[in-house]
Amino acid sequence: MKYDAEVKISLKKGMLNPEASTVQRALALLGYEVEGTDTVKIIKFTLDEENEKLAREEVDDMCQRLLCNPVIHDYEIEIAPSNV
Amino acid sequence: MKVGIIRFPGSNCDRDVFHALKLAGGEPDYVWWNQKDLSNFDAIVIPGGFSYGDYLRAGAIASITPVIDGIKEIVKEEKPVLGICNGAQILAEVGLVPGVFTNNENAKFICKGVELKVASTRTPFTSMYNKNEIIKMPMAHAEGRYYNEELEKLHDQDQIVLKFEAENPNGSMEAITGVCDESGLICAVMPHPERASEMVLGSDDGLKFFKGIVNFKS
Repeated sequence: MKYDAEVKISLKKGMLNPEASTVQRALALLGYEVEGTDTVKIIKFTLDEENEKLAREEVDDMCQRLLCNPVIHDYEIEIAPSNV
Repeated sequence: MKVGIIRFPGSNCDRDVFHALKLAGGEPDYVWWNQKDLSNFDAIVIPGGFSYGDYLRAGAIASITPVIDGIKEIVKEEKPVLGICNGAQILAEVGLVPGVFTNNENAKFICKGVELKVASTRTPFTSMYNKNEIIKMPMAHAEGRYYNEELEKLHDQDQIVLKFEAENPNGSMEAITGVCDESGLICAVMPHPERASEMVLGSDDGLKFFKGIVNFKS
């Protein structure tokens, strides 16, 4: 069965995020004062697995082995049957 | 001393490393990313550059290529492995050295000569320096900020190899810019010793990194 996977990767709490700070300062240049700016990376793909549990396990493996660096990242996985 | 220089798509400091190793008296040769058998080499250097475009994270994709299996075998044979800049990021992504080299604090690519302190001389690469010697060589990276939640372990086991001296340009924890594994044979440094390997470059402080490899006796 085909499943659509979405992996949300964010930095662990307390980690400095220079990209986010830069965005916040740049917005201030345009006159927008915002706070708590954060950037999150989303990686999406479709995979073929027997069931949702196996699909989720496979995606979790992908996160541990490549998509994330467990030293600095937290991640969330969303799996849904594919619409294709 | 046969030294293999690993090339990934996007590596670009390979030829400078080749030149520095020849100056040091070594016998360098290039190795492509899909070569699994590195047994004919006495040491390995992973040079700097932008392997796989730094996509996903610097060094992330290189860290899962076939040549890494060859490097893990070489490590078992207690042969030295040096990662410079992107090479350091790759070694950290593989987990052969502790911690992570992540995006610089000021979100900029920093390219300049810096003063460094040689914090450990137990690695082959730093064996020819004096402990706490101050040396000068260029840094050139956007993702060099050292991050590690277990720094006490590094202190206890003498795994901190290089520290920024006068200033900490990228916000590295404790100004650390070079680390090694527990054995001291695998070393990851962010600055470029090959770019300070002869006086015409402004400094030859880096040549001893390569002389250390050539003079290494297991």
